[in-house]
Order: sequence, then C-alpha cells, then structure tokens
Amino acid sequence: MNKVEISNFNFYYGQTQCLKNISFDITSHQVTSIIGPSGCGKSTFLRCLNRMNDLIPGVRMDGVINIDGQDINAPQLDVVSLRKKIGMVFQKPNPFPKTIFDNVAYGLRINGIKDQDYIDDKVQESLKNAVLWDEVKDRLNSSALALSGGQQQRLCVARALAIAPEIVLMDEPASALDPIATAKLEELIVKLKEKYTIIIVTHNMQQAARISDMTAFFMQGDLVEYKHTKQLFTHPDKKITEDYITGRFG
Amino acid sequence: MKKEKIIEGLFFINGMAVIIVLLGIFALLIINAIPAFKDITLKDFLFGYVWNPEAYTTPSFGILSMVVSTLMVTIGALLIAIPLGIGTAAYLTDVASPKVREIAKPIVEILASIPSVVIGFLGIVLVGPWLAKLTGQSSGLNAINGSILLAVMALPTVISLSEDALGSVPKAYTEASWALGGNKWQTLLMVKIPAAHSGILAACMLGMGRAIGETMTVLMACGNAPAFPHAFTDPVRTMTATVAIELGEVPYNTTHFYALFAVGLVLFVFTFCINLISDLVIHKK
Repeated sequence: MNKVEISNFNFYYGQTQCLKNISFDITSHQVTSIIGPSGCGKSTFLRCLNRMNDLIPGVRMDGVINIDGQDINAPQLDVVSLRKKIGMVFQKPNPFPKTIFDNVAYGLRINGIKDQDYIDDKVQESLKNAVLWDEVKDRLNSSALALSGGQQQRLCVARALAIAPEIVLMDEPASALDPIATAKLEELIVKLKEKYTIIIVTHNMQQAARISDMTAFFMQGDLVEYKHTKQLFTHPDKKITEDYITGRFG
Repeated sequence: MKKEKIIEGLFFINGMAVIIVLLGIFALLIINAIPAFKDITLKDFLFGYVWNPEAYTTPSFGILSMVVSTLMVTIGALLIAIPLGIGTAAYLTDVASPKVREIAKPIVEILASIPSVVIGFLGIVLVGPWLAKLTGQSSGLNAINGSILLAVMALPTVISLSEDALGSVPKAYTEASWALGGNKWQTLLMVKIPAAHSGILAACMLGMGRAIGETMTVLMACGNAPAFPHAFTDPVRTMTATVAIELGEVPYNTTHFYALFAVGLVLFVFTFCINLISDLVIHKK
C-alpha cells in the first residue's frame, strides 16, 4: 500500500533548483532509505514531507506530495496536524534541556493531554519502543543532556514515537553516533517498521543496505534510481549508481 | 624592548586607576557612614520607620520607610517591565518580520538614551494628572507613577538582553518542537523561554539594578512624602531621593550628614547584591 506518493515534485531555494521532477511512491510499513552524495537534495526532500521547509524564507515548490491520498501542500491543510502524523529524528541528537520524562511527554502535552496516568503510560511505552527504558527508568527526572549521544538519539526517537505518528522521518540519525550506538539504533529502526512507515536519509551505504527494503538514489537533485534495496546494490540499472555504490565517487 | 615596557606600564596604570577609583568610592562611603552609628543604633537605623533628622528634641534616623518605598517602586516597575519586556523580545525574535525588527530594535535602544530628567518630566505633566484622574486623588505623584516611569527606563535593558537570550536558543530545539506538531506559541512558551531562562533572569536582574538606583525620575514623580507607605497610591520617598534632596543642605560632619552616607551604603549593598546575583546567573552554565 502506498503511504506517500510523490509526483513531478520540484523545489527551489531562491534561484537554485534543489529537487528536479521527483516522482516515486513509498510503501507503508517498510524502511525506505534515501542515499546520495552531499548536496544531492536528500535532506531537503525529507524536510518537504513534513513541511519543515516552510520556515525558510525564499523557497518555492511545485508538483504534488500525497500522504494517505491527501495533498500535503494544499492551502486548506493544517500543517500542525500533518506534523503530528509524522515523527522526525534529526541528524544531531536534539533533546530539549528538560528532564528525560518531560522530553517524551512534550508532544503529548502540547496536544492538550492533561491526564497524568495516560502520560505516564505513554512515556513508558515510547521509551520501551525506543529500547531506552531499561537504561533510564531509574532516572526519568534527571536532565536529558546528561545522557550519552546514542541514548540522546534514542530519546529523540522515543519523543517522536510518543505522539503516535504513522510515518517516522530520520535525517542521518546515526551520523553523530559511535558504532555500538549505531548498531542499536539500526536494530531499533528495523523493529519499528512493524508499526510505522520509516523514511531514512543516510550517508552510509552499508547502513541503507542493512536496514532498508527500498532505496532511492539521489544525485544533484535528480532521483536517479529507486528500487528494492537488494537489487539496487547488486544490479543497479545505471552506470552512475554503480559508480556511487562501489565508492568510485561520493 | 624599553618602549614596550613603557607601553605596558601605561596600560597597567590605566587599569589600576579604574580599580582605585572604585575602591576609593567604596572607602569614602564606609568612612563617612561609620560615624553615624556613634549616635544611632544599627537597629534604629535599619528598622525605625521615622526619618526626621532635623527634629528639635529627638531627631530620628529610621530608614525602613524609604527602603520599603524603594522596594515598592522597584518591584512595581519590574511587574510592568518584565512581562512587557519578555513579550517584546519574543515578538522581535519570533514574530516580527525582518523589516519590522530592523526598525523596532534601534527604537528600543533609543529609549535607553532618553535622559532621566525628561522621563521625570513626563511623569509630572503626563502620567501624574492621568493617575490623579484615574484614582480620584488630588495628585498623581506617587509610587505607581514612579513604577511606570522606572519600567520605561528598565525596558530597553530587559528587552535587549532577553532578545539576545532567546535568539541564542539553538534552532534544533525549535525544529524539534515544530516537528512534534508544536505551534509557534507552544514552542516559545514551553521550549524557548525555558531554554533561555538564565539569560532572561539576568536581563530582569539588570533591569532591576537600573531601576533601584535611579534618582531623578523618582525624585520628580513620586511625591516625596517621608512617611511609611501603605499603598501604591501613596506618595513615597526613596533612598536615592532622600540623599539627593538632603545632602546639599545638610551641615557637614553632623550625624545627619553621616546618616546620609549610611543610606548610600545600604543602597550600594542592594545594587551590589543584584549585580552579583545576575553575574552568577549569567555565568552559571
């Protein structure tokens, strides 16, 4: 089932065109990774899906992105409720300077939930889903900034999961983590696809190969190739894809 | 080599001169304040609320009334300036378009350069009559008047430092909040202001320091009744106003003369503590 449908999507920062005529569909309950060299537009693309680019002055776009059949750039669409449906994990762990508990509870509280028992349950459930519960259950009221980088990133995953999103966007979530923390995060991502649709931007091709079902290769704003991860890494259609995945450039 | 030594020495003397002047002022205050306590007990001075130094039989030197007056006017000013100042800072960082910000920011800074006597003048001709009409009293020269004017004077400090604090909240926090479906208002109230709280607190403390030591404005606008104030609509006389009014007239080397220095010393302790606390708050991180 298609969760996200992108057709003829173009995106411009001022005069520069960053995304050129992108069209592809993303299936629900799968991990879709987006790979490509720096500056190819993969992060920009990801941020179009929850309209984070709205906040940057001087951007322009055309074409259509549908999520659950609904045009997310339609003028009558409420961007806040769109973002509640889509969780996002950023490149650098960015927990709020609050306690561990308050970080996870934030999304619930801004949605007007006041029932403390419900919040307690949700926080616990989200931390468990993010495989962080056992490490932090005794210190939920200490500052999130005291956690290690890997723990902080899993906390950010828990924070995103607490609002019960349908899609989770991840923008190079492991780039600031060491190998052990990365392995834990990858394990988590594979586990999460049972419940969520995951779209991950990554620099690391091995990572894409390990965790994703589908892979899209972006290059200078073009979608070069999009197919099953196994096929893309073993039998790429295009010469340039092969050059990139074999490390001839990038 | 020799030339360099001379230059080095010159800078050293410059630096030292500032410190010596500061220490000198402090020493002068203490030396002149101590003799006052030959005739007044510390308890009567700090907790007596009658200040009547020229009384024929038994002069009294209680400063409690003016300490309370000073605190009333200052706290009143902060009650106005802090919400208004943080609100303005939030508007400038989060809501205003770049164009509006470019015009509004210099205007806020110009506000800081209005001489205090001009603000006091506004208190007499503008705020005073308006307050008198509003409260039905014969005169509008009272503690509220002083609070309003001091709030105006503290605002530039509160706004500009709070704006710096809010502006230096990492963008990553804002983005995280937006991505969770937070709107601008929630992001500001629940993420940005808590993240910037130490800077905002310092802004408020420095605004308070500015208000507590202000003399000319309160002298002109507060009515100067040396009685214990019971309400914000009472005329009050602050510590600064008392020193300014009386020091020019007082015979030298009398108890009254020394007592005024002691008032100055108390004021100095107040402002010193406020600055110390705000400094600690700023450098806490």
